[in-house]
This record gives sequence, C-alpha cells and structure tokens, in this order.
Amino acid sequence: MPIVLIVAEQQPDGNLRKASLNAISAGKQLADKAGAELHLVLLGKEPAKVADELKGSGAKVVHLGAAPELEHYLAETYAPAIAALAQELKADYVGMASTAQGKDLMPRVAARLKSAMATDITAINGSGADLTFTRPMWAGNVFAEVKLTTPVKVFTVRATEFAAAAGGQGAAEVKTFAPKVEASKTKFVDFKEVKSARPELTEARVVISGGRGTKGDFKEIEALADDLGAAVGASRAVCDAGWVPNDLQVGQTGKVVAPALYIAAGISGAIQHLAGMKSSKTIVAINKDAEAPIFQVADYGIVADLFKVLPELRQELAKLK
Amino acid sequence: MKILVTAKRVEDPESKIKVKPDGTGIVQEGLKYKINPFDEIGVEEGLRLIAKHDPKGEVVVVSIGGKEVQEQLRHALAMGAHRAVWVNHTGPLDQLAIAGLIQKVTEKEKPDLVILGKQSIDDDQNQVGQYLAEFLGWGQATFASKVESLESEAEKNKVPAVTLTADGKAVRVVREVDNGLATVECQLPAVVTTDLRLNQPRYASLPGIMKAKSKPIEELTPAKLGVDVTPTIQVLKLSSPPARKAGIKVPDVATLVDKLHNEAKVV
Ligand SMILES: Cc1cc2nc3c(=O)[nH]c(=O)nc-3n(C[C@H](O)[C@H](O)[C@H](O)COP(=O)(O)OP(=O)(O)OC[C@H]3O[C@@H](n4cnc5c(N)ncnc54)[C@H](O)[C@@H]3O)c2cc1C
Ligand SMILES: Cc1cc2nc3c(=O)[nH]c(=O)nc-3n(C[C@H](O)[C@H](O)[C@H](O)COP(=O)(O)OP(=O)(O)OC[C@H]3O[C@@H](n4cnc5c(N)ncnc54)[C@H](O)[C@@H]3O)c2cc1C
Repeated sequence: MPIVLIVAEQQPDGNLRKASLNAISAGKQLADKAGAELHLVLLGKEPAKVADELKGSGAKVVHLGAAPELEHYLAETYAPAIAALAQELKADYVGMASTAQGKDLMPRVAARLKSAMATDITAINGSGADLTFTRPMWAGNVFAEVKLTTPVKVFTVRATEFAAAAGGQGAAEVKTFAPKVEASKTKFVDFKEVKSARPELTEARVVISGGRGTKGDFKEIEALADDLGAAVGASRAVCDAGWVPNDLQVGQTGKVVAPALYIAAGISGAIQHLAGMKSSKTIVAINKDAEAPIFQVADYGIVADLFKVLPELRQELAKLK
Repeated sequence: MKILVTAKRVEDPESKIKVKPDGTGIVQEGLKYKINPFDEIGVEEGLRLIAKHDPKGEVVVVSIGGKEVQEQLRHALAMGAHRAVWVNHTGPLDQLAIAGLIQKVTEKEKPDLVILGKQSIDDDQNQVGQYLAEFLGWGQATFASKVESLESEAEKNKVPAVTLTADGKAVRVVREVDNGLATVECQLPAVVTTDLRLNQPRYASLPGIMKAKSKPIEELTPAKLGVDVTPTIQVLKLSSPPARKAGIKVPDVATLVDKLHNEAKVV
C-alpha cells in the first residue's frame, strides 16, 4: 500500500505547532485519494511530549525519532533523518505544513530523495496515480495545477486551506526509531522569541492589521485586538520600518491568514499583502483614500481616518455586550 | 573572497498578471521584467560583504534562461558585481534542474558563499537554495534578515547583516522564522538565502551602468555543465483565483458594527 508521510513540528517551547494539524488533514485527504496509508513523523530531543496529540489525529502510525543532537532544529540534521525514514518506509509522498521550518526543511528532504516538490499546496485533485496539486503563483494571482513526476513527491501545505485534524480519531500505533544523525556544518546559536499574550496570527478567529497609515502608532489596533481576543498583523511597510516585529507580516512573503474577520487599517492593499489575507471570510477596510485597492476585496469599507474609526469601533462593539 | 549570487528574471512585482483564457500560460503583453527582488538583495549583500572583508574579492552573478536574462545580469553588473555567468537554456526548468546547474557552476567557481533569494516572486516556490545546499553537502541559512529597522541609522551606514566570524571561517546569519529570529553559524562554504529585510539594494549609478557594458558574461549550457534538465514537474493548467464578490462602503461606524453583527455575524 502506498504511504503518505507527514512531518509534524515541535515548537521551541515543546508544544506541537498547530499548523501540523492542518498538514495532517491534507495528508489524510491525500491518503484517501491515493488509496494510501497515513504515517506521521516527529523528530526532536523529546518528541514523545506531543505524541498523545498526534496519536488521535487519524494516522495509522506515528514515528518518533529522539536524539540529543536534534534539540535545536536544523535542516542539515533533520533532513537526512526524515529522508532515511521515508526511504525505509518506501513513502510515496512526504509533506509538511508551510511554516518557516517546513519551507526550510522540505526542499532539503526532497533534494536528498531526488524528488520534485510543490510548495504551499491549496488543494489535492484526482485520484490514484493521477493525483495533482493546486498551488498559488505570482502572489496568489494565479493558481496552477501541477503534477510531480518523480517516484517520491514532496510538498508543503498552506494551512489555511485545510481544516485542522481533530483529535479522538482512533489511536495510531506509536513507533520509536533511532534517527540517522549526521554531522552538521551549521550550528544553532540562539532563538529570540517574540512573545505575545495575543493569539497566534495564523490561528486567530479575528485579525486586526495595521499599515503605514498608522505611522507606527499601534495603540488603537492593539486595544481593539485585546477587546476582541484578536491577533495583530501588519503590512510589510510596517515591519520594514521596525514598528512591529517581522513575524507579524501578512502577505506573499509573510504569513498567510484566513480568519473569520480581518480588519485592515491604513493598508493600501498591494497585491503582495492581499496574497496573505484574501481568503479571510469577512474583510473590513479602514482607509482615508476611497480609491485604495484594499476596497476591492473588502466586504465592508469605511473611508475615514483610522485614528477616529478605531476608538469609535471599540465603543460601538462594547455596546453589543 | 568570492561570492556567487543568483539573478533570476521575473515579472516586475508591480505588473498585473492575467491568465490566458485557455489556462496555458499568462498574458505576456505589456509585462515588464526585472531581477527577482530577493536576488537584488542578494547582490547587495554580496557587495557589502566583499567591501567589508576583502575589497579585492569578487561577486559573480549567475542566471539561467534564454538570452533575455542577460538584462538581469547587466543590472547586477551595474550595481557592482564583477563578472557574470549565463546558463543559456530556453524552456521549462524545475528546481532539481536549476539547483543542479547552479551546483555545477559553484563547483567550477569555488566561491566561499552562494547567496540566492528565499523565493522567486513568479513561481513562489522557495526551494532552490535548500536543494543546492543539499546537493553540495553544505550548510544552509535561509531567510537571512536583519534585526534593526531598515529605516535605522545602521541601514544608512550599510553595515553588513550577514557577518563573517572573527576567524573568517564561518558566517553568522540572523534568520526570520515563526515567532522570532533564530541565529545560526554556518561553516564556509555555505548557502544563504535572503529575506526582504536583509538590506536595501543600491541603485545602479550611471558610471556603473556604463562600466557594466564591458564586464564579461561567460556563456554556458546545461550540456556543457553535464546536467539533465528534463522537467519533473508538469504544469497542467493555470487559473485565476475566484474573485471576491464586490463589497460595500458603509457611511459610519455604527452601520459597520450593525453589518458585522447582524449580516456577517462575526462579532
Ligand atoms: C517582493 C515583494 C514582496 C512583498 N511582500 C509583502 C508582504 O508579504 N506583505 C505586505 O504587506 N507587503 C509586501 N510587499 C510590499 C507591498 O508591495 C506594499 O508596498 C505594502 O504592502 C504597502 O504597505 P501599506 O499598505 O502599509 O503602505 P502604503 O501602501 O503606503 O499604504 C498606506 C495606506 O494608509 C492609508 N492611510 C494613511 N493614513 C491613514 C489614516 N490616518 N487613516 C486611514 N488610512 C490612512 C493611505 O491612504 C494608504 O492607502 C512586498 C513587495 C515586494 C516587492
Ligand atoms: C506557468 C509556469 C509553467 C511552468 N512549467 C514548468 C514545467 O512544465 N516543467 C518544469 O519543470 N517547470 C516549470 N515551471 C518552472 C518551475 O516551476 C520553476 O522554475 C522551478 O520550480 C524553480 O522554482 P522557482 O524559480 O520558483 O525557485 P525558488 O525556489 O522560488 O527560487 C529561489 C531562488 O532561486 C534562484 N533561482 C531560481 N531560478 C533561477 C534561475 N532561472 N536563474 C538564477 N537563479 C534562479 C533565485 O535566487 C531565486 O530567488 C513553470 C513555471 C511557471 C510559472
């Protein structure tokens, strides 16, 4: 039986990265269409910590590879271990969420397997040997249907396009294995985490993003985000200026989000920004310029100064409670 | 010190991209082309590293494609790159082929560092640098970024953000990852891919443009490099994403909240 192998990711704090659950859903869909078996793999110093969460997510087998050398993620140490497991299992497909780690790691795994790869897939089409992937190109202006013709096929998954796998779907067999650890020419130095009490941008139900129109003053955006339990996002212009941390950037080259509600304040709506938020269910645009392109994708637009609108919005929302 | 930098030809990011009605490609009329913005950042970083550590060093740029990619090579030369390598090939190329070709050029040139873009803005794959690092058996530092703001004094002073360690045998790179910044150290030779915030590329000066005209471009082919470029990816069909239905403009905040509450039911 063909095998789909999905790589799960442990965050530096030891928890499972939630996007892994979306990748597992995509893996399950792929396994159904290909008539294959779904396997998961997790590497790390202590991968067993999140094994329980993976066990009930619908896979047949969860492979746990623990080694002290794998404490800090590096593509150079993780790729050989995953490629070796994929070869041993004779996996036909190897996939992972398109997180920073997924994008860093999977091409290296694919290179080791001499495989073609598709980045950021949004859909799986066809069945059996006739499977194709859909993936965005040109900042989401174009969707391409691609077929990989190498024996092993590698991909990363755009998390917002697949529901997160729920728990309680049977119990996978958990197998531990000794990962193949190779010497690395790269060494981990440190990780500076941007800590936030707000929800993770890619998982939040509501996202409030600010653009250059804020002139770097995010106070009203943050206050509204706190009222709504929302995440804060930003345009590239804002991150480049150093007004907010880089990992809040939404867009083609930042994060892709698809919340129930996306509020864009002082953002013009360049195509590269739209690429990261166009799949949001409801979009609200607040912009002084009635001609701003953001209004072309917004369900509700308001032509006004964001410093006037945001406080009013908080007051009106408070009345609903 | 020698640094090899890639320069892919892509549609100008400001271009309006439209799919042909039959889904076989994009409408070419009216498109402008540029060097991939991430690669331009790579050229800038290469030039800064050379200027700081070894003014006698060299930045060599490489591009793969038909003869039109010479425009992007000339652009990089006008910025200050010293030489160019053009791998002449028309037709589709997948990441295995591109990384394979760059691997051969790397083995020929023996640079200390190869800098590529983290992604190209047409195909958006984000793969070639990592394939290359694996093919070469080198360390990789993808998504190289900068800690300070691009509008800061540091940027104005053009301090290199990818730094050589004191012994000159490794590079220290700050990387943009989920939830923060990771720092890694790669033994040289190594592969680095650029994120947008690494630097602000310089403009090509008029003397630079004049000088670029006489700088050499070496021509190679996949056959000369001994790389099989038969594609392993088939792009079957292109389509436009579903359009969002037109929204409305609301006159005031009270109406907005009413719509969000009663119509969209999101608050
Ligand atoms: C290769 C590449 C990749 C890129 N990747 C990304 C990406 O991932 N994400 C991204 O966001 N961008 C990205 N960009 C940049 C993108 O093209 C735009 O430059 C950027 O999104 C603009 O940010 P902005 O909307 O905040 O600023 P601007 O375009 O300057 O817009 C500011 C807006 O604020 C409005 N405004 C001003 N003051 C007020 C006020 N008081 N109240 C209300 N409105 C006000 C103005 O009318 C204007 O519309 C990329 C560009 C390139 C070339
Ligand atoms: C409409 C369309 C149809 C296509 N059809 C096919 C097909 O049928 N078969 C096929 O095999 N491929 C096809 N491709 C091309 C293929 O998808 C990509 O070229 C390949 O996957 C490389 O990806 P990328 O350029 O996005 O690399 P990325 O990994 O996104 O690029 C990262 C970096 O690699 C470097 N780089 C990439 N390409 C070059 C280059 N040419 N020269 C110098 N440096 C470079 C640059 O530094 C770039 O910043 C098609 C592409 C499109 C848009």
